Amino acid sequence: MAKDQPLNLPEILKKYEEEILTEWLREQAAAVSFRPDQMHESELRHQSTEFLALLTETIQSNSMADITGPAWTRVREFLETISRSRAVQGFTSTETAFFVFSLKQPIFSKLQEVLGNDGRILIRDLWALTNLIDKLGLYTTEIFIASKENIISRQQREMIELSTPVVQLWEGILALPLIGTLDSERTQVVMESLLTKIVETGSYISIIDITGVPTVDTLVAQHLLKTVAAAKLMGAECIISGIRPQIAQTIVHLGVDLKDVITKASMAEAFRIALMKHGLGISKLSQNSKV
Amino acid sequence: MITQRSEVKYIRSSEDIISVRQAVREWSVNLGMNLIDQTKIVTAASELARNTFIYGGGGRLIIEQVNNGTRNGLKLTFEDKGPGINNIDLALKDGYTTSGGMGLGLGGAKRLSNEFEIVSEPGKGTKITIIRWK
Amino acid sequence: MEKIPILKLKEFLLVTIQVDMHDRLALSLQDDLTSMIVKTGARGVLIDISSLEIVDSFIGRMLSNIASMSNILDAITVVVGMRPAVAITMVELGLEMRNVRTALNIDKGIEMLQSMIKEDNPGYLNDNSKE
Repeated sequence: MAKDQPLNLPEILKKYEEEILTEWLREQAAAVSFRPDQMHESELRHQSTEFLALLTETIQSNSMADITGPAWTRVREFLETISRSRAVQGFTSTETAFFVFSLKQPIFSKLQEVLGNDGRILIRDLWALTNLIDKLGLYTTEIFIASKENIISRQQREMIELSTPVVQLWEGILALPLIGTLDSERTQVVMESLLTKIVETGSYISIIDITGVPTVDTLVAQHLLKTVAAAKLMGAECIISGIRPQIAQTIVHLGVDLKDVITKASMAEAFRIALMKHGLGISKLSQNSKV
Repeated sequence: MITQRSEVKYIRSSEDIISVRQAVREWSVNLGMNLIDQTKIVTAASELARNTFIYGGGGRLIIEQVNNGTRNGLKLTFEDKGPGINNIDLALKDGYTTSGGMGLGLGGAKRLSNEFEIVSEPGKGTKITIIRWK
Repeated sequence: MEKIPILKLKEFLLVTIQVDMHDRLALSLQDDLTSMIVKTGARGVLIDISSLEIVDSFIGRMLSNIASMSNILDAITVVVGMRPAVAITMVELGLEMRNVRTALNIDKGIEMLQSMIKEDNPGYLNDNSKE
């Protein structure tokens, strides 16, 4: 029965590897999605050659039914590398998966050419090939999506960091003007970057100004208080400034305890206090030394 | 929830507490957790490993990388066949301890984790499970 | 058994904790420090924890003990170099270490010790900036 006979696919791939490679490269180059600006032809050739060689080698002695096993590790890893780099380069998921799916046609043609006469054998091999290519193509897409998600979350983080800069007002005095709504994630990122800046600059006092924050809920208030507590543990102090009347009311209603925290209405006031704490003050220049 | 990989570490000495910290650190780094999350789970693991050693008379830790369908996470299960905890609520309160220490271990580990579960009965040992999602 | 080195820095003692300490090492550090304080008559102790990636309740307890013991021996302890991730975790853990003074780094720690000893107020537990 045709079913019990071994597949011809492994042998055919091995014997006609060169020709299949050539056909495959032609398929990829002819695709509407081919981007000669994004990927150099020689790079594509190199990747395709390597992949086909890996694939051919793997199916010589291993079942094509399950690509998750250890025998297929090198193939998977190769696809992971390709997929990730294409994700970073800006290819779409279709373009990336096309690398794998475009292999079908060249191998189909070869199978037909060699096995043409016996329909049942041909269909068996075609079916095995289709299954394999589909699995590999889907795997490539999975990795691509995961890579994209990583890139997005990294960019989100960078955006958050960029939008909450920590500035040095004076030697040893930092200011963190918070603007916009604070959600849990953003507040945590902000917390970390302030504390890191404190260590980097050796600043003994930080002014967290919330003038630009429309609302403060319990979670945000707690995060702020934790930041102040953490700074204190590290040996630095925080002043919270810019608390508007509405926010003051909210804080009281929420039952948040600010007993250990210095608060000032304005950043200017907070700055004055910060200077004082280090024995500094601002005085007028004498008439003669006016610039 | 599915487990993708796992490892068992035995807690039989105070040196083992250190190797638990190192193992949990390694797993959390491999999972791609950010520094704060790493620090939280390693610290929680240190507290629980110490509890297992001191109060549980030794035991083991099962480290698992899990996935709940949308996120990956690190699940730590501390098991011992010690005397068990009489009053769990009391034990979870900060400051409570039967041997003069600071007593922050259990409640602290809970606060540092996304999920916390404890099963314990006098004479039947203790099993504490915590999860930190990435 | 390995020991954590205690260095003399002017009239102070400096301890740099760089290894993941197991219980016996932590206890021997407490012993060694108290002996050294008495032996050298040091008025201040600086504990540099900038290499520590984790401070759990055990280490916290140790630092607290050292602060209390040195206080009794008329020396002030300042812990320096706590990492942000460690500080955030300790706050979450609920580890307050109220009796331990802290400074951002060794220089600031020395400044703090020098100003406090000048005031000759070793038992002054409040934040030294509230003058």
